Amino acid sequence: MQKNNKSEPVRNEERIALLSDQVAGNGLISRRHLLGFSLAGAGGLLASSALAADAGALTRPAWSMAPGRDPSEYGNPSSFAAQIKRLAPAPNTISPGTGASRSPLHLLQGTITPNSLHFERHHAGVPNIDPAQHRFVLHGMVRQPLEFSYEDLLAYPMVSRVYFLECSGNSGANSSGAAAADNSAGGIHGLLSCAEWTGVRLSTLLDEAGVAPGASWITATGADAASLGRSVPLDKALRDVIIALYQNGEPIRPEQGYPMRLFVPGWEGNVSVKWLTQIKVTDGPANFRDETSRYTELLPDGKALQFTYPMGVKSVITSPSGQMTLTRRGLHEVTGVAWSGSGSIRRVEISADGGRTWADAHIDADQRELALTRFRLPWLWEGAEAVLQSRATDSAGNVQPARAAWVAQYSPANRFHYNGIQSWAVSAQGEVKNVYA
Amino acid sequence: MFTPDRKHHSLKNRFGKRTTLLQSLAVFGLLSASPVMAADGPGLGKPIDEAQLQGWDLIVQPDGTGLPEGSGTGAQGQAVYEQKCAACHGMQGEGMPGVPALAGGSLTTTPPLMTVGSYWPHASTIYDYVRRAMPPLAPKSLSNTEVYQVTAYVLQLNGIVERDFVLDSTSLPKVKMPNSGNFIDRSQVQQ
Repeated sequence: MQKNNKSEPVRNEERIALLSDQVAGNGLISRRHLLGFSLAGAGGLLASSALAADAGALTRPAWSMAPGRDPSEYGNPSSFAAQIKRLAPAPNTISPGTGASRSPLHLLQGTITPNSLHFERHHAGVPNIDPAQHRFVLHGMVRQPLEFSYEDLLAYPMVSRVYFLECSGNSGANSSGAAAADNSAGGIHGLLSCAEWTGVRLSTLLDEAGVAPGASWITATGADAASLGRSVPLDKALRDVIIALYQNGEPIRPEQGYPMRLFVPGWEGNVSVKWLTQIKVTDGPANFRDETSRYTELLPDGKALQFTYPMGVKSVITSPSGQMTLTRRGLHEVTGVAWSGSGSIRRVEISADGGRTWADAHIDADQRELALTRFRLPWLWEGAEAVLQSRATDSAGNVQPARAAWVAQYSPANRFHYNGIQSWAVSAQGEVKNVYA
Repeated sequence: MFTPDRKHHSLKNRFGKRTTLLQSLAVFGLLSASPVMAADGPGLGKPIDEAQLQGWDLIVQPDGTGLPEGSGTGAQGQAVYEQKCAACHGMQGEGMPGVPALAGGSLTTTPPLMTVGSYWPHASTIYDYVRRAMPPLAPKSLSNTEVYQVTAYVLQLNGIVERDFVLDSTSLPKVKMPNSGNFIDRSQVQQ
């Protein structure tokens, strides 16, 4: 609706009023200013170009003149929003089903990822599991090995929690690429999603089987073709791990592990084993392929970190972000998401001048632990070049590092656990690009 | 949180008070119920024997726990490897775009090349992974003996064992991987 307003800069008195509340360089404005702005003033500022562009009388659209379609059994997005899809690669011809699709973070708002847009990472495709034939076995160092059906688990007391899930390899392109690739926020950082997960506490089932003296780990495997396995220390398993059966209120999707998945809050996504069929209680980690050959972090001296579990504190601006174009000058909202595997988000700072000056973004009080936090800050863009960055701090005091500081810690081969600050360069023409800064 | 020598498994009741299983059952008047029932669940798990999991539980640990009977040598494994693995991983384990190299490599070249020989810390992982996940189009189709043979051949391609070294449940855990000392365990750093 709104037309390009490049030729019509913000009115001077409004500009002066806005800039009097500038909180950091290059146009970042206090959100308090907007909240205190009179309705007429804000409306005039934001809508002046629209008014100028179309002065004709409003007509009633066709959909107001005839009944719409009937209620449906399972809903779909508007056909006008059909471009909001996961970013999925071409099929893997060598290892069928292996690969990932990413959440389109730059096209989403709020903090909950719709189930159809939750990122996927599979190591041998998505199995089509009949829950009536699926078995979950809990055995190893327990008093009594037990077998559970899907139906059995549905009868257990459940908990519901909102948690982010992030692949350990998320954002890896920006960690190791020689030059910053032209890509979107979802394309770079979209192995990240957040949902309400409902399921049975693993501690309930471990209590029922009776953990034997000397046990210190659990080893879990899935029922997919890769039978993917991961090991989790027993103290974490007893603390907050669940066997998830529902995702945002409906049975978890096949690509998330239907009928059941392990969910290990805050930790690298790969340990939340999908299509869960086995938990063997042990006195040590199994050292599966995906915790030795992969999902370990090579250091510059040839040593490697193993069992790095919590995802580091991190944030990314989702708008404006890579491959977008600002089509008008004036007031914009800079917004994005922040998260940490070590607690809740306490602070997000934003810079519009490549990290020279910073301002606190607005976040709601009492942020959830181990879930996405949405942050926002007004930004007056007047056509100058800018580099937008965000920097998160978590409740444990961890601060998101600059890209260069992160890169210096690891071998160039390492793409796991990258949480460096993202930089989006805005050109004088309003084009937004992924850059290293 | 976990106390290994505790006789009755401890759990928190709804008032947050730590009690033993027996005390919880007494509080809720459930002492006559099934002894495997935990106080906070309906106790629907069906008892199963470890013997029933033979051939189903594929987990192999570095100490050899979970390794089946049987044995194999690299000499025997070459034919299996060339038939089932080489099309993707290459005749000498050199890999190809999109398929990991299995042999050779170094962690200090630019870029580093992480292979079974240059990187993997445990020989058990080869056995565990090949048996559960390889080859991609027919995982779990190799016999236990074939998995020993292929594992031996991959070790041989890396110069870790000789061509006629017999790999079995006793010898495999003793195979010393070149990079085994270079992993830093972060499992207890959970913040």
